[in-house]
Amino acid sequence: MPTVSKGDGMRGLAVFISDIRNCKSKEAEIKRINKELANIRSKFKGDKALDGYSKKKYVCKLLFIFLLGHDIDFGHMEAVNLLSSNKYTEKQIGYLFISVLVNSNSDLIRLINNGIKNDLASRNPTFMNLALHCIANVGSREMAEAFAFEIPSILVAGDTMDSVKQSAALCLLRLNRTSPDLVPMGEWTARVVHLLNDQHLGVVTAATSLITTLAQKSPDDFKTSISLAVARLSRIVTSASIDLQDYTYYFVAAPWLSVKLLRLLQCYPPPEDAALRSRLTECLETILNKAQEPPKSKKVQHSNAKNAVLFEAISLIIHHDSEPTLLVRACNQLGQFLQHRETNLRYLALESMCTLASSEFSHEAVKTHIDTVINALKTERDVSVRQRAVDLLYAMCDRSNAKQIVAEMLSYLETADYSIREEIVLKVAILAEKYAVDYTWYVDTILNLIRVAGDYVSEEVWYRVIQIVINRDDVQGYAAKTVFEALQAPACHENLVKVGGYILGEFGNLIAGDSRSSPLVQFNLLHSKFHLCSVPTRALLLSAYIKFINLFPEVKATIQDVLRSDSQLRNADVELQQRAVEYLKLSCIASTDILATVLEEMPPFPERESSILAKLKKKKGPGKLPDIDDNRRNVNGSSEHSENTDTTSKSSPSLLEDLLPTDRPRPSSCSPAILAARTMASAHPFTDILNLNSTPSTGPNLLVDVFSDSSTSASVDVSEDNFSRFVCKNNGVIYENQLLQIGLKSEYRQNLGRIYVFYGNKTSTQFLSFSSFVTTSDILKSQLNVHAKTVDPVIEGGAQVQQILNIECVSDFIDAPVLNIQFRYGGTLQNIAVKLPVMLNKFFQPTEMTSQDFFQRWKQLGAPQQEVQKIFKAQHPMDTDVTKAKILGFGVALLDGVDPNPANFVGAGVIHTKSTQVGCLLRLEPNAQAQMYRLTLRTSRESVSQRLCELLGEQF
Amino acid sequence: MHFLYPMCCFNSLLNLTCQNQNNYIQDHLKSALFDAFCLTADVFNRPLCSLISLFFHFFSSFQMQFMLLFSRQGKLRLQKWYVPLSDKEKKKITRELVQTVLARKPKMCSFLEWRDLKIVYKRYASLYFCCAIEDQDNELITLEIIHRYVELLDKYFGSVCELDIIFNFEKAYFILDEFLLGGEAQETSKKNVLKAIEQADLLQEV
Repeated sequence: MPTVSKGDGMRGLAVFISDIRNCKSKEAEIKRINKELANIRSKFKGDKALDGYSKKKYVCKLLFIFLLGHDIDFGHMEAVNLLSSNKYTEKQIGYLFISVLVNSNSDLIRLINNGIKNDLASRNPTFMNLALHCIANVGSREMAEAFAFEIPSILVAGDTMDSVKQSAALCLLRLNRTSPDLVPMGEWTARVVHLLNDQHLGVVTAATSLITTLAQKSPDDFKTSISLAVARLSRIVTSASIDLQDYTYYFVAAPWLSVKLLRLLQCYPPPEDAALRSRLTECLETILNKAQEPPKSKKVQHSNAKNAVLFEAISLIIHHDSEPTLLVRACNQLGQFLQHRETNLRYLALESMCTLASSEFSHEAVKTHIDTVINALKTERDVSVRQRAVDLLYAMCDRSNAKQIVAEMLSYLETADYSIREEIVLKVAILAEKYAVDYTWYVDTILNLIRVAGDYVSEEVWYRVIQIVINRDDVQGYAAKTVFEALQAPACHENLVKVGGYILGEFGNLIAGDSRSSPLVQFNLLHSKFHLCSVPTRALLLSAYIKFINLFPEVKATIQDVLRSDSQLRNADVELQQRAVEYLKLSCIASTDILATVLEEMPPFPERESSILAKLKKKKGPGKLPDIDDNRRNVNGSSEHSENTDTTSKSSPSLLEDLLPTDRPRPSSCSPAILAARTMASAHPFTDILNLNSTPSTGPNLLVDVFSDSSTSASVDVSEDNFSRFVCKNNGVIYENQLLQIGLKSEYRQNLGRIYVFYGNKTSTQFLSFSSFVTTSDILKSQLNVHAKTVDPVIEGGAQVQQILNIECVSDFIDAPVLNIQFRYGGTLQNIAVKLPVMLNKFFQPTEMTSQDFFQRWKQLGAPQQEVQKIFKAQHPMDTDVTKAKILGFGVALLDGVDPNPANFVGAGVIHTKSTQVGCLLRLEPNAQAQMYRLTLRTSRESVSQRLCELLGEQF
Repeated sequence: MHFLYPMCCFNSLLNLTCQNQNNYIQDHLKSALFDAFCLTADVFNRPLCSLISLFFHFFSSFQMQFMLLFSRQGKLRLQKWYVPLSDKEKKKITRELVQTVLARKPKMCSFLEWRDLKIVYKRYASLYFCCAIEDQDNELITLEIIHRYVELLDKYFGSVCELDIIFNFEKAYFILDEFLLGGEAQETSKKNVLKAIEQADLLQEV
């Protein structure tokens, strides 16, 4: 190396830096800096023109001051002067200053651009490189406007030096990222692809980065890069390590280039061409084989570079998700890394396996490593590695290993880092519920959770266990017994008292037969915790007591004494005081019958997705939660259901469930005690009802079903036989029996729709008292408005009448409205209920877009919760035209020539609802060989992706 | 007139997205932005060039986001940003990250999750080299990018130490620019990078 004339004579700079380093205090440093700034300012402002050297020196000092963390608001002009200088050293410093301290001052930008323009035209490669580096570093829009047309020609010109080509490629890449619209596509793109064949590996490396970015933007234009990339990769992986000379890094041939090529290939599906495909597979196999060879060097750099390529190859294998053998090999390789002595490798292996766990081909293979992963959880010293192990256990969990995994996570929880405890609690709660075969295990697990990490058990978790116990008769007795035993512990967590209070209040009678848990013992046990608890818990316990009075008349007097005591009746907390007063009064004046009605056991909760999952998703943030369930139901944290509470009918006691927005009895309400008693615990059922969509009604025992409709229709089975046939079409026969045929004609525009319903009397006799009306579930009510015109009460034999339904979509929805029909035929009352084919996709407006737009948006909607994918067997012959018709019928625009694979279908559209519009992209990949489809939906809204995927997934 | 409304809405959303650096909020804004984009595109019945470009600006990904060199005492020695960020945000990121990395024990793994990014870091003598990459990026190769940069500095200065980088910060920048451009490796051959720097040094003599 040349003896570096460090600072090349800028002694002033070196002295200044030394001064700063010698400053004893922060104050001294600031003082020195201010002195220097004043000096420089006066020099710049002075009358005497500064020579280039001084300017360079002062600009360098400013730069240094800036890098120390001080603000610099002058010197830009001098820097621009420098970069226009003919002296290389001055130019270089000028560019550096501009690159580090960009200023959007437009006058300045024009001057800078001018300097850059001159340098680009200079044909001096060193100057050109400086100019290109500056563009790449600043990458502003103004620069893109000025140079986006010029750089491609520099890049592909035959006489451009290699080093300039490299800079030009990456410069263009940066501009393409800042202002893709300004980078023109054109004839040069084809020539860029051929840079993959360039002699100079440095050029290939830079070009590969550029091509990858461009290919993400418009895959079609760069399709030819696939074969070139495979060829290049193949030459690299089979080369002897010395072939590539300086591009060999610690005995690994061109690791950076290999990684970039593998990354480029991840922009595309597996190659169509069989020969190419097998060549790529060979490459991947070679990379996997090399991992098994003994290392050529003991240096960590050797193993890092080799494994960097390996991990990228595994990413490609996972991306293709099509070669089971490769997937399993990848998994085995990662399995070896799990026990590697390098912490980095263990970390990466755990991370990578998480993605493998979600592939159907490798899920089982991942599961075989369970013991190693559990061991990692126990022995890893680095918390971030343990965190990866928890993630992987969560991802690999299924019914077969749930008990083991949950047990391990529970035991890890006792010593886990505080920062990740809450997340582990949520994960355990989810897995325990999801894979519970017997619910006694579930109850045990949650109680253990509360015992081990009570502080981290959020409301969602303990609400959920209560919901499940209430909904399942078989576990209630066990739950009562278990909480009773758990409460025996001298110190138990308040959350346990809450769960215990609630469950004993409901089901204490189930264990009261045993003298060891007689009513009085139960009560005393609960009451012994009372004074240690917070107000909400005490309120809950008071409600449990009044429930006890109903369950066990023999303890009535004892409980009344407690309620009557001053500490209750005169409690400073108004809530507690009110409960005590009202419960006491209720117990005194109400007859046993009334008491029994008021304090009846809680009815089952509607089945719905666990609120815990929503919580975990929120906590982990988008993109961080491995998908453990294909048919995850949809969680909506929406506020639109709040209207549900506005029910006005107060006559039916059961409806009280829906009436109460909170657990707080309103002081002015007519019978707050009753209300409070019915909602003993706290807000739990209601927060839940208010925050989550329940799933479509599945049985008559659900509240939604029973109370949303008139009593007659609730008992009728809803016909949905033809429902799914209407997903992709609007007209046809929806229902038919011996008497009646119902046909539909529908039209939709934006968020509005109109359905013409035709009722055809197939008999020769009149239908009398004919009526038909539409009902919607409570949740659907706020999402969809359906208005039905009235219809003539008589349908003559053989005649047809028409009814018009007007529909407005307010927000995205899942459920479907039900059409209820009643009429008399020959003296008997006929009841028919038909699920109306009003689905979310009906509100699609097709959107045409270019392939470039499509893929860009596709990429942007890449968060895991925005994408929903379904892989399924074809149920009909795989006919391209039929499929096209179905996709069009679904409502999206079918985009031709977007997907690199012509056999695939892609579509785009916008769902119109009154409140918002949701852009949707979809892609359907048929696999004729396997008779399978893969359907992928991406929208900005998870619930929409989910629903659309469900709907369309059943059509092929 | 009415078509101005979605336009305004879009612009204000965009501004919000620019200003708000909180990732969680940004994600939400992004999805709102996408909806707004669809709406606007729909109103005009054709995608608007300028809208798209603004749109891409926020959604396109960068390989390496930034590189920081700092000492064991937490003093920043070199910073290179490959994403446009305000000075305020840069300072905030630097402060947080320096703290996080310095708190880690020597035997811990070189990667950590931080905000939505992955941090790859390695300590050489008294200096920490720290890169931020995106979720999908390759950690190990980034670790070797750091190593190659250290090799380049070492070769150029002849057994480099922290002082070399303090007193010749501009050289450290020049070498970095020859090696990495726009967050991507430009030239991975040690010989070629040093040759380029050598030539530049020769020009200085002129």
